Amino acid sequence: MVNDTPKIQVHDLNFFYGATQALFNITMDIPPRRVTALIGPSGCGKSTFLRTMDRMNDIIDGARMTGEVLIDGNNIYAPGTDVVRLRRNVGMVFQKSNPFPKSIFDNVAYGPRIHGVKKQAELVEIVQRSLTRAALWDEVKDRLPENAMGLSGGQQQRLCIARALAVDPEILLMDEPASALDPKSTARVEELIGELRDQYTIVIVTHNMQQAARVSDLTAFFYEGRLIEFDRTKRIYTNPAKKQTEDYITGRFG
Amino acid sequence: MAQRRWQEKAIQLTLVAMATTSLLVVVLIFLFLGKEAIPFLKDPGIARLLDRQWMPVSFQQEHFGLLPLLTGSLVVTLTATLITVPFSVLGAIYIAEIARPLEREFLKPFIELLASIPSVVLGFFGLVVLAPLVKALFGLPSGLNGLTGGLLLALMAIPTVISISEDAITSVPRHLKQASLALGASELQTILRVTVPAALPGIIAAVMLGMGRIVGETMVVMMVTGNAALVTLNPFQSVRTMTATIAAEMGEVSFGSIHYSALFCVGVVLMLVTFVLNLGAQRVLKRYGMMT
Amino acid sequence: MKNAGEGLTYLGLRLATYSVVLVIGYILADIIWHGIPALSWEFLSGPPRQSGAAGGILPAIVGTFYLVSGTLLVALPLGIGGALYLSEYATRNRLTMAIRLAISTLAGVPSIVFGLFGLGLFVIFCNFGASILAGALTLACMVLPTIIVACEEALLAVPQGLRSSSLALGATKWQAIRTNVLPYSLPGMLTGTILAIGRAAGETAPILLTAAAFFLPRLPGSIFDQVMALPYHLYILATQHPEAEKVRPMQYATALVLLLLVLGITMGATILRSRFRKKYRW
Repeated sequence: MVNDTPKIQVHDLNFFYGATQALFNITMDIPPRRVTALIGPSGCGKSTFLRTMDRMNDIIDGARMTGEVLIDGNNIYAPGTDVVRLRRNVGMVFQKSNPFPKSIFDNVAYGPRIHGVKKQAELVEIVQRSLTRAALWDEVKDRLPENAMGLSGGQQQRLCIARALAVDPEILLMDEPASALDPKSTARVEELIGELRDQYTIVIVTHNMQQAARVSDLTAFFYEGRLIEFDRTKRIYTNPAKKQTEDYITGRFG
Repeated sequence: MAQRRWQEKAIQLTLVAMATTSLLVVVLIFLFLGKEAIPFLKDPGIARLLDRQWMPVSFQQEHFGLLPLLTGSLVVTLTATLITVPFSVLGAIYIAEIARPLEREFLKPFIELLASIPSVVLGFFGLVVLAPLVKALFGLPSGLNGLTGGLLLALMAIPTVISISEDAITSVPRHLKQASLALGASELQTILRVTVPAALPGIIAAVMLGMGRIVGETMVVMMVTGNAALVTLNPFQSVRTMTATIAAEMGEVSFGSIHYSALFCVGVVLMLVTFVLNLGAQRVLKRYGMMT
Repeated sequence: MKNAGEGLTYLGLRLATYSVVLVIGYILADIIWHGIPALSWEFLSGPPRQSGAAGGILPAIVGTFYLVSGTLLVALPLGIGGALYLSEYATRNRLTMAIRLAISTLAGVPSIVFGLFGLGLFVIFCNFGASILAGALTLACMVLPTIIVACEEALLAVPQGLRSSSLALGATKWQAIRTNVLPYSLPGMLTGTILAIGRAAGETAPILLTAAAFFLPRLPGSIFDQVMALPYHLYILATQHPEAEKVRPMQYATALVLLLLVLGITMGATILRSRFRKKYRW
């Protein structure tokens, strides 16, 4: 459907929380520098799936998976994979904005610092660039030493995006990044996603279907741990191939 | 990357080792109590603990019967529990359900203050103020008896029992109370017929934990119970508890003597009694989902 | 609305609560009232004379200070380390369950049993003799479970999101803990520990057999020295002194100093804790 080499390839992925299976035989290719939306009713496994792509499920007790996730052709679950390097390459923005209770500057500089950037001048440059890309620079440039907890909800979420951008990832995973925001801030974040799509491979989980329609190029519909349909967003919304997709899109359930 | 991994592993191992210290201490406690107690069980033998007298120093025949110490601990514990329960339960109900917010802000920390008064200070107060009072009030030859000990131990247990019971009462789901109120029950009826019964397991566990503290308390009983090793269940008589026996006599025995070993036997029994009480309390709390 | 029966019940509940309050108040007032007249600079700064019937209690204050510092030095790192393992690293395995069981068992062990244990292990087996070292180690074992539980609570209060965001930015587990968990839980851990230490300062039974000296009018010179300690000194003055009635003012003053010390530590820590809780509201 898209002619680039896929950025992320998922082969036959099964995921279990203890004895409960959360994902069933997921296979899909995610193209580079596009926005891919994962939609579906709550509990359908879309967030779990998102988290398999930067191995954030590793920290959950009793989680287990089979299958492969390849990024640029390398299986990230292969033994000997450096999870830390992987997560540098794959940024993540969470549903609840969670800035560190540090200054705005330190929030953005956090990633570069733990990866060994020590020079202040370099840090200043990274912070400015990341905040600019996250469309937050103009609002906070005069208050960088202030605590990030003092920002508004929408600003906090954009700060988290800036924080993720500061480590220079190629992939950006977003787990319902706007679900806790007011409509105005939501619009701002959506606009930002639009601006970032040329440089990053973005995968976004949302259960707001309008949002998926507005921001994404491709949409995957998940239901009860299975990938039901994956296609261009326009096609999913106008002419879905599967009955379940159509029922969900038209609001018959979920 | 290899260095980073190695470092992470080293940190984790250090933390595991630190966490295992608690386990190690428990094992060592059992080991050392056992090690020092076993000589007595071999010679003169466990049967000697079943004697009716505790008279470890004597010109004729030493007696190492645990019975008077057990009854001593029992008298004091029962007396203290009987005093603790009504005050703690009523207090917990009052603080959790009736007191106004501001009043509660005062009552809770003030009662918890009681928990931080050192036991030796309470014992001193008991010796100087309470014992003469008990003596005069009941017309006894001495105020140093099970009752005085029980009263002071109750004071030590009350903050613990109130605080856990109060948690139990507060955690009763709101909808239960509302359902009862909606049926036309008064506030008090709701508290007594719905809230308190629902919180009962937590209250029982609180009392058991309080009893664990009472049985194990040393200084207060050593100072105010008179320390006569009698087989009695009368709280107006002088009694000698297991804890006081260890504390008072251990300083005067020679290491490795029969008496020394006998005191460790007392320690083992004491440990077992408190272990059972605490385990029981935790079981109750866990069963009713009041503890994570 | 309330009938007479209900009114009486309410009265009973209130009476039970306030009689406890009254008794606490009375105890505090009695000790303060009788203790203050006997307090003096000489009492606080001088050595005891005539086996405690006169002079001061400086060696006991210093002894308690050493014991408490030693306890803190041993128990704080162990407590923080143990709590870090339990809250950040532990998975549901046998070792974790055994450690948790051990902690709750330790919390219920009577203080005199810790004394016996310290006597058997530190004083005799390790051959430290009755000393600051043996006493502090014994007290550390006793307060360890309380400290671990307090530290764990402080760690759990740090939102999970901070950990996962750090990890998602490519931090290693330890980096995430060091930069985004420890700084925000440290105040809680410290105040929880201070509360536990306050309890240790007032304990007599564990040091009775492992550290405390009956009468030692000089200051300790090394950690292998026996020491006087405030709680033990009070016990001796109150029960072992041949003229107990005569030294009553000394007893009250000692009790007051001990009480102020322990309550001071406890209240200080409680106030600090509520400050910190307000500072980090997630």
